[in-house]
Amino acid sequence: MKNTSALRLGPGAKRSTSSGGLQAWLPRLVLAPSVAISLFFVYGFMLWTFVLSLTSSRMLPSYDFVGFGQYARLMANDRWWVASTNLMIFGVLFVAICLVIGAFLAILLDQKIRQEGALRTIYLYPMALSFIVTGVVWKWLLNPQLGIQAMVQSWGFESFRFDWIIDPDMAIYTLVIAAVWQASGFVMALFLAGLRGIDDSIVKAAQLDGANLPRIYWRVVMPCLRPVVFSAVMILAHIAIKSFDLVIALTGGGPGYATDLPATFMYAHAFNRAQIGLGSASAMLMLGGVLAILIPYLYSELRSRKHG
Amino acid sequence: MDNVIRRQTFAARLGRVVLYGVLILAALFYILPLIVMLMTSVKPLSEISAGTLLSWPQNPTLAPWTKAWGEACTGMRCDGVGGYFWNSFAIVIPAVLISTTVGALNGYALTKWRFKGSELVFALMLFGCFIPFQVVLLPMAQTLGWLGISSSRAGLILVHVVFGIAFTTLFFRNFYVGIPNELVSAAKLDGAGFFRIFWRILLPVSAPIIVVSVIWQFTQIWNDFLFGVAFSAHNTQPVTVALNNLVNTSTGVREYNVDMAAAMIAALPTLVVYVLAGKYFVRGLTAGSVKG
Amino acid sequence: MSTLEIRNVRKEFGSERVLKDVSISINSGDFLILVGPSGCGKSTLMNAIAGLEPVTSGNIYIDGEDVTFKTPAERDIAMVFQSYALYPSMTVRQNISFGLEMRKVPKAEREASVERVADLLQITHLLERKPAQLSGGQRQRVAMGRALAREPKVYLFDEPLSNLDAKLRVDMRTEIKKLHQRLGTTIVYVTHDQVEAMTLADCIAVMRDGNILQLGSPDEVYNNPVDMFVAGFMGSPSMNFIRAMLEKENGRYQLRITTPGEIDLLLPWPESRATPGMDERLNQPVILGLRPEHFSEEDVRLTAQAEGTLLNANISVVEPTGADILLRLPLGEQEVTARVGPKCPVVAGARLALRIDMEQAIMFDAVSEQRIA
Repeated sequence: MKNTSALRLGPGAKRSTSSGGLQAWLPRLVLAPSVAISLFFVYGFMLWTFVLSLTSSRMLPSYDFVGFGQYARLMANDRWWVASTNLMIFGVLFVAICLVIGAFLAILLDQKIRQEGALRTIYLYPMALSFIVTGVVWKWLLNPQLGIQAMVQSWGFESFRFDWIIDPDMAIYTLVIAAVWQASGFVMALFLAGLRGIDDSIVKAAQLDGANLPRIYWRVVMPCLRPVVFSAVMILAHIAIKSFDLVIALTGGGPGYATDLPATFMYAHAFNRAQIGLGSASAMLMLGGVLAILIPYLYSELRSRKHG
Repeated sequence: MDNVIRRQTFAARLGRVVLYGVLILAALFYILPLIVMLMTSVKPLSEISAGTLLSWPQNPTLAPWTKAWGEACTGMRCDGVGGYFWNSFAIVIPAVLISTTVGALNGYALTKWRFKGSELVFALMLFGCFIPFQVVLLPMAQTLGWLGISSSRAGLILVHVVFGIAFTTLFFRNFYVGIPNELVSAAKLDGAGFFRIFWRILLPVSAPIIVVSVIWQFTQIWNDFLFGVAFSAHNTQPVTVALNNLVNTSTGVREYNVDMAAAMIAALPTLVVYVLAGKYFVRGLTAGSVKG
Repeated sequence: MSTLEIRNVRKEFGSERVLKDVSISINSGDFLILVGPSGCGKSTLMNAIAGLEPVTSGNIYIDGEDVTFKTPAERDIAMVFQSYALYPSMTVRQNISFGLEMRKVPKAEREASVERVADLLQITHLLERKPAQLSGGQRQRVAMGRALAREPKVYLFDEPLSNLDAKLRVDMRTEIKKLHQRLGTTIVYVTHDQVEAMTLADCIAVMRDGNILQLGSPDEVYNNPVDMFVAGFMGSPSMNFIRAMLEKENGRYQLRITTPGEIDLLLPWPESRATPGMDERLNQPVILGLRPEHFSEEDVRLTAQAEGTLLNANISVVEPTGADILLRLPLGEQEVTARVGPKCPVVAGARLALRIDMEQAIMFDAVSEQRIA
C-alpha cells in the first residue's frame, strides 16, 4: 500500500479522510512494539552476548576486548568438553529412544484400542510437568538406598545393581531415562496425529494388494510420516540443547561434573563462578548448535510452504 | 481398516493379548512415578526407610504436605513452598494474559492486514521461539537492573512476556491464516475498522486458539526454572526454584516424603490443566510442528 | 442507483501486470458481468472497485465522484462473496444488520431493513440461526440479504453461485435476475460461467490476461465476437473453428475446406457479408467459425443437390441431451460439433446431410485470431 500511494501523490491525489490513513498504518503500529521487543531482546541480546564473549569480563561485564580468547579458553577447558560430549550422548540417545518409543506406541494405539483416550492421557501427562518435578521424582526413584535398587533387592534379587545416579560413568544415562519418560509421550501424540491424518484408502489399497500389517506400516504408512519425524527430531533436539532444569534437579551436574551439559556449564560460569566472558562464549556456541539444526529445518519448511 | 474382514484365528487373538499387554506395561512406566510420588508424600519417614517404593502407606498422613507447604526449608528460610506457589501465580497470570493478548493482535495484523514485509516481520519474531535462552541471560540481567526491576516479579513477568510473544504470535497467526480473508473484506465493506473487525469478527471465533495459547503459556511459565533462578530474589522466587532449593538443601535429615509433597504441590496446577484441557494441551504442543 | 466508471486502471504485483489499462463505463441500473478464465484479472478488478486492493494507476468513479483513494467503507459498496463470508459468530439477523450498525443507523431502522430484506429473500424464518446451521442455498440468500440491507450505490457479486449445486444455481440465477429487474440496482458480477453471463447481463466484459477483449451486450458478444477467444469462450458447446482457404471465383468469395480422403468442400461466403479485409487474405488460410446451431439437418430428397452449403457428413458420435442431439463429425482436418433436433434419426457411423448457415458464420484471421468478417 505504501509504495502504490507514494507513486500517486500527485496533485489532488490525497487520501480523502485521515481515518483512512490511520487505518492503513494501524497494523504496523500494532506490530511495532513486538518487533521492537524482538529486535532488542532477541537480536540485540544475541549481539550483546557475542560482544561479551569477546571480552575478559569476569564478575561484571567489562568491555576489555580479548578477541576470541574466551573461545580458545573454552576449547582448552576440560569441563566444557565433558559437557559437550555429554550433550552428544544425551541428545542422540534421547532423540532416538523417544522416536522409537513414540512411533511404536502410536502404532499400537492405532489398532482400535479400547480405552485409547485413557492410555493416551497417561502416556502424555509427564509433558505437563516441570523438568524440576521430573528431576525430583526420578532422583527419588534412582536413589540406591531407598529407590528401585532397594525395591528389587527386597524382592530377593540381592545382587541387583541400579546405582547409575552415583556412578560418574553412568549418571548421564539417568538423564536420558528421565527425559525419555517425560517427552516420549509427546512424540507418541505427534505420530498418532500423523497416523490419523493419513488417508484411510491408502491403507485399504495396500491391504487389497495383499500386504500384511507390519509391511503396510513399514512401506506405506511410515514414509507418509516423514514430516512428523522431521518435526519431532527438531523439537527433541531443541529440548536436549536447552536442557538445564532436569540436570540441576536430578544430578546437579554431578557426580563431580560428570553430567554437566552446555546449559549448566554456561549458567555455572556466568552466574556462580564469575566467568562472564567464558559463559558468554559457551552461550554463543549453544546458539550455533541450535542454528545448525534450525536453518535446514526452516529452509525446507519454507520451501514446502511455497510449493504447497 | 475397520471395514476389512479379519479372520479371528488363535494367532490373531494372541496378538491382541500381547498388544494390550505391551500397552499396559507402557502405561505403568509412565504412571508409576506419579503413584510412587503420591504414596511417598503421605508416608511417615519411618515407613519410607522400612518399606519400599511400592509398599502401600500403612499410616497415611498429611503432615509432609503441611510441612512442605508451610515449614520446610528452602535454602536460608524455612517457610515452605506455599508462598512461592502464590508467587508463581502472581507471575504467571499477568504474563499469560499480556502475551496472549499481544499474540492475538500480532497474529491478526500479520494475516489479515498483510503489508510489504509482514512475512519478514513474522520470520523475525518466530526466531525468538528457537533461541537457547542462555544466550539472553546476561544482557537480560543487566537490562532488568537498568529498568530497576531486577529480582522482582515485574521483571520476571516482563521476561516471560518478551519470550512468550513469539509463541503466542505463532499460534494466532497459524489459526488466523485458516480464517477466510473474505470475512475481513466483507467487514471492511460493511464499514468496520481494524480493531472493530478484530473484536467483532475474529475474536468471537478464536476461543479454541485462545485456550491453546493460554494453556501453553501457563505451563511454560509455571514450569520455567531458568529465568526463575536467574532473575529472582528469595522473596520473588517461583515455586520451581523453591522446590529445587528445598530438595537440595543439605541441612538435617533428608525428608523424602516432604520432598515428594512439595513436588506434588509444584506439579498440581499444570496437571489439573492437563486433565481438564488435555486436548488443547496437545494442540499447543503440536502447533509449532504442524504446518499452519 | 449509481453509475460506475473505471478509467485506465492498471494493477501490478511486482513485475506481474494483472490489469493492463482497463476502462469500463456503465450506466445506473446496469448489470455488468465480468467473465473470463481464471487468472484473467476479473477478481482483481472486482477488488479494485471495492477498494480492497489499491490500483497501481488509473481512477475509479462512482456517480462521477473519484473514489480511487477511498477506503472500502467510504465507497458505499456491498459485495457478495463466493464463499459468502458470513460472520460465523453472528446470527443471520446480526449478519444482515452489521453493516447498518457500523454506519450508525438507528436500531429501529436497522430492524426494519432486516425485516424488509428477509421478507424479500424469504429468509425470515432463519433470522435467529447461525451461518453454520444453514444450507448452502440459505447462506447464499443471507449473503445477498446482507448486501441488500445497506442499499449501497453499487453491488459486487464475486462468483456468488459457483458453490451451489447445479439445480440451485439455476434457481438462484433466476432469482438474482428478478431482484435486479425489481430493484434496478447497479451490479458488477464476476463469473467464469458463460451461461450466467448470457442470461443475467445487460453488458458483458470478456477478459483475458488483464485486458478487456470485448465489452458489449450478450447478443453482441455472442453473435459478433471480436476474436477467436471471445467466440470460443461464449457458448456451450463452444464454437467450431475450421481451417479453410479463402478464394475468389467468378467475383464471389468462397471457403475451400480440405478433408483428407474426400473431395474439397466449397462454401460460398454471402456477398452481403463481405468485408474489405477479405481481399487482403485471398488464397490464404483463414479460420471459419461455426456454432453448433449453425448446422441443421436437411432432408436431401426435398432439396436441390448441387447447393454449396450442404454437407454430407459421416457422423462419428451421437450425444442426445434430451432437448436436442449433439453430433460429432469430421470437417476438414478437425472434428466439429453440430446441434440438431431431438427427433433426428441418426446413428453413429451413418451419413447425414447437414446444411450450414453461412449467414451466421464468422471468419477469423488464422494468425492474429482477430475477426475478418
